[in-house]
Amino acid sequence: MLRVQALSKRYATGDQALGGVTLTIPAGQVVGLIGPSGAGKSTLIRCVNRLVEPSGGSIYLNDIDLTRLNHSQLRQARRRMAMIFQEFALVERLTVMENVLSGQLGYVSFWRSLLRQFPAAAVAKAFATLDRVGLADHIDKRADTLSGGQRQRVGIARALLQNPDLLLVDEPTASLDPKTSRQIMRLLTDVCAEQQLAAIINIHDVALARMFVQRIVGLRKGLVVFDGPPESLDATALTMIYGAEDWTGTIQETECQPDPYVQLDPMTQSPLVPA
Amino acid sequence: MLHHPKQIQAVSQYPTRWKKPPFIRRAWLRYGMYLFISGYLVLGFTSVEINWTRVAEGIPRGWIFISAFFTPDFLSRSSDIWQGIKESLTMTLTSTIAGIALSIPIGVGAARNLAPAPIYLACRSIIAITRSFQEIIIAILFVAMVGFGPLAGFLTLTLATIGFLAKLLAEDIEDIDESQTEAIRSTGASWLQLINYAVQPQVMPRLIGLSMYRLDINFRESAVIGIVGAGGIGATLNTAIDRYEFDSAAAILLIIIAIVFISEYSSGFIRNRVQ
Repeated sequence: MLRVQALSKRYATGDQALGGVTLTIPAGQVVGLIGPSGAGKSTLIRCVNRLVEPSGGSIYLNDIDLTRLNHSQLRQARRRMAMIFQEFALVERLTVMENVLSGQLGYVSFWRSLLRQFPAAAVAKAFATLDRVGLADHIDKRADTLSGGQRQRVGIARALLQNPDLLLVDEPTASLDPKTSRQIMRLLTDVCAEQQLAAIINIHDVALARMFVQRIVGLRKGLVVFDGPPESLDATALTMIYGAEDWTGTIQETECQPDPYVQLDPMTQSPLVPA
Repeated sequence: MLHHPKQIQAVSQYPTRWKKPPFIRRAWLRYGMYLFISGYLVLGFTSVEINWTRVAEGIPRGWIFISAFFTPDFLSRSSDIWQGIKESLTMTLTSTIAGIALSIPIGVGAARNLAPAPIYLACRSIIAITRSFQEIIIAILFVAMVGFGPLAGFLTLTLATIGFLAKLLAEDIEDIDESQTEAIRSTGASWLQLINYAVQPQVMPRLIGLSMYRLDINFRESAVIGIVGAGGIGATLNTAIDRYEFDSAAAILLIIIAIVFISEYSSGFIRNRVQ
């Protein structure tokens, strides 16, 4: 469904961020994109929706070459690939509902969006999505009154309102605490499974990526150096992606990972049996 | 472990004094500049010629004017004063509204992150031209063009409002949080939708605050430009001073002070409410 071919990007400053990335993602697959800072993870997903203009190569979404689209074709194509951001990127002074409905902007006329007169189906979908992400009680609050986890849920709801085929997710948990991070990752992977969405998730936390995604792509200095299932991401692979380090902790952490749904007794670390 | 943190050395080995590095690092340049500035100040002060006999003659005249404030005469010129106040307030309100209406498109066009280069340059030039002359000079030009009266004042203040508001609005737009713009752009929103959803919510409180502040300034300026013939209370004030009617002039000044106080207080109140 998404085919990236020999994608390269050199910034005006001369930095080669991507040096020929080739990647194919079938419909409904959730891919974790890992790699050190500056490896080009963010540049890669921003090249897909052309928030960053690629310097070479091509990107096909449903057999349309995104790199050849003109301005209005690009706007139409962007509707099908929704982005979720590290710092949530909500419009702070707008309400939760306005932020979620802004996912529909590519589908409605300027006058409708100016007067906040969205089509009935879009409004119904917004209510349903807010209910799905657990924010039914916060609809008319301003976005800047929400907590980090709630904001990222709004970000996810906004993305879903675009009726996307693909989610481009840039460090969704980097600003969240560990528990909220897991909840957000679970919500993301669950909605992808429910709606058959493909997703590229940039993520720093390798252990978290291993827990939730079906496939991991490792990027180093703008090149794909690892592509495989989470189980095959061992110390050798991690050294290939990030460089030499003692990786036993990272690998053990996920191997000893308890089932996230089971609550542990804080004293004994044994699973709590519901009374 | 691959990394072993260096043991902290015995404290006595470290220096006990630390000074913030000077702003200008080269000592000769630093002291040279001190010398230059103090020399310039000495020369400047010694070149001022004060004619003390004229100052002494002026003091009693100044005293007559100040003592008029204890006996302000609101009544004998009341119809002229009332007429002038009405004219000034009309000029202030109409020119502020017209100025805001023109400032918004020019300000958006002068924001580097939103406008293409030719539009940016054109709008920046408009702002530079409107800002390059003081209100009184513009007023003299307009009085010469359209004759004495409030129309010249209206045109002057509208132009001055553009120079002020469009510049500050453009700078505020250039300072907005780009991630919010990026998020709205990635939904496939059009340019106008981008302005309405990502830019307007971020700059609106400041735009309202600046507009209230400009209303304030425009009233004060309307009193000044009246002196060169652009209508309003300034014209009445000028007439009163020309006729040595200091008690009427004092009355006019007291009214101006009162109105400025009221608008200052109310604009501060509104600015606090819209944050």
